[in-house]
Amino acid sequence: MRTILFILQKEFLQIRRNRAMIPIIFIAPIIQLFIMVNAATLEMKNISICIVDNDLSSTSRQLTNKFSSSPFFKVTGNTFDMNEARLQIESNKAQMVLNIPAGFEKRLVRENKAEVQMLFNAINGTVAGIGNAYANQIMMGYNREVIAKWIGISKNMPTMKTIEPIPSFWYNPDMNYKIYMVPAILVILVTIMGMLLASMNIVREKEMGTIEQINVTPIKKIHFVIGKLVPFYLIALFMLSFGLTIGKLVFNVPFVGNLGMLFAVACVYLLTVQGIGLLISNSANTQQQAMFVSFFFMIVFIMMSGIFTPTDSMPQWAQIINYFNPIAYFMKLIRMILLKGSEFHDIYKDFMILLGYGVVMITLAVMRYKKVSN
Amino acid sequence: MSERETIITVSHLVKKFGDFTANDDLNFEVYKGEIFGFLGANGAGKTTAIKILCGLSKPTSGNATIAGFDVYTQKDDIKNSIGYMSQKFSLYEDLTVTENIRFFAGIYGMTRKDIKIKTQQLLAKLELEDSAKKLIKDLPLGWRQKLAFSIAIVHSPKIVFLDEPTGGVDPITRRQFWNQIYEAAAEGVTVFVTTHYMDEAEYCDRVSIMVDGKIAALDTPQGLKQTFEAESMNEVFIKLARVAVNN
Repeated sequence: MRTILFILQKEFLQIRRNRAMIPIIFIAPIIQLFIMVNAATLEMKNISICIVDNDLSSTSRQLTNKFSSSPFFKVTGNTFDMNEARLQIESNKAQMVLNIPAGFEKRLVRENKAEVQMLFNAINGTVAGIGNAYANQIMMGYNREVIAKWIGISKNMPTMKTIEPIPSFWYNPDMNYKIYMVPAILVILVTIMGMLLASMNIVREKEMGTIEQINVTPIKKIHFVIGKLVPFYLIALFMLSFGLTIGKLVFNVPFVGNLGMLFAVACVYLLTVQGIGLLISNSANTQQQAMFVSFFFMIVFIMMSGIFTPTDSMPQWAQIINYFNPIAYFMKLIRMILLKGSEFHDIYKDFMILLGYGVVMITLAVMRYKKVSN
Repeated sequence: MSERETIITVSHLVKKFGDFTANDDLNFEVYKGEIFGFLGANGAGKTTAIKILCGLSKPTSGNATIAGFDVYTQKDDIKNSIGYMSQKFSLYEDLTVTENIRFFAGIYGMTRKDIKIKTQQLLAKLELEDSAKKLIKDLPLGWRQKLAFSIAIVHSPKIVFLDEPTGGVDPITRRQFWNQIYEAAAEGVTVFVTTHYMDEAEYCDRVSIMVDGKIAALDTPQGLKQTFEAESMNEVFIKLARVAVNN
């Protein structure tokens, strides 16, 4: 026990002296939260639209006004030439084209029906799909107005009522994408600290040659490993608290669930992450190697964790891989606890898997950690 | 000599890495309190042997006891009885002088009170009082080596292993370093030292010279010079090493 205290004292001194560490602990959460949360949004606003109005009637103008007054669309071009409009899509100046052909109003009056064309740049399928949905909503609303107008009855007439579902969005009523992303960024920060920096720290002793000196001392490997991992464990938990504070103060993330339970999950999660970090440091000889291998695992794990897209909609094989993805568990649980207010019995199963995973990984890593060569 | 107390006993020690035999049937004894020079060309197998003696590596066959402890079964006891300073720099560069002393003394189980006393003694002896709060990386190399040696024996080990301790330091500092070694030996610490400087070999009580994984000669520097009809240890070494090259 005394040995561990001496190691911990040394580790904290070294961490404090490491010029990169203080920025990583304090600045990284701020930057990641402010930049990533604000930037990584699936919310579609300002979809650029190019309008080709060859009708120039009052009816067509009403329709284009609907688009230009919508917060979802931004008119970035007006032209009479479809080729010009197509060029705008090709050069990425417009994501959508609304084509109103000449004679639109006339046909609407005479034949009671008219056609418009909508073109989407679907290189990003999601944007195109959501844009299409928004545009359709506008068209339908406009359609109703036209019908009401041409038939000459008030749009408030009871007979005009259609079935209109009114959605109510649970757990994130304002559909605020930011409060969905803040917990995800915290997961990444905790992972970087627990896996990447911890493994690099251990490998650093190999690189500097001081590991040789440690090896000839009576320090037991378990003491050494504990002395190495505990500081990063604590710093990771501190970063989580720091990030949660920013999340609350700046992004007003609701803390619906129990924070104590969240930290319990984080503590268990860190066991797994540090176990992986230790395994990596075991086979790496330089900090560079440790970094590359850690990054490889982190990127795969993060991308598959459901950070942007729900894991439930991933193909079966991906979901099977996710059984072994610690980040996926933490990603799910942190959102459940913070945003949904899940109780322990809701997360019980995932928690126990994560706990088992953590115990196995850390035990395996400590056992495989070699103090004696050959 | 034979009535002296032996502290390291090595018999028929073999270490193989695959087909390569790094240590081929080593046999020698080291007596308590002596300065034992362990010489050999690069790649002769010195470092491999030292690693085994320090409990870092298991021999393939043969026996060795260090301070009465067996290298196979009593590694922890061995580690408690030895000090070690390697050719690679072994202090923490981002810790201060005092912090390094405290850490290494601490992990050898010294109490905080003893550590404080020992630190004061060390700083006074090395005349490092003014640099106590300096980081190791801000110290000149010679000072670091002297400090590293003092820290290697901070817990009063029975044996201290020095693996090319004076590499890269100037002759004056080397001389001072050897004074430290003499002092330690006078206090009863056995010194096991490898070096490439043949003048340093002359300072040793006894010298062994390894060639191709075997001990080719072992005697006092005086004895070796007589046996090989050489003027200096340098000549002895070259005569022996040439055999290796001719093979």
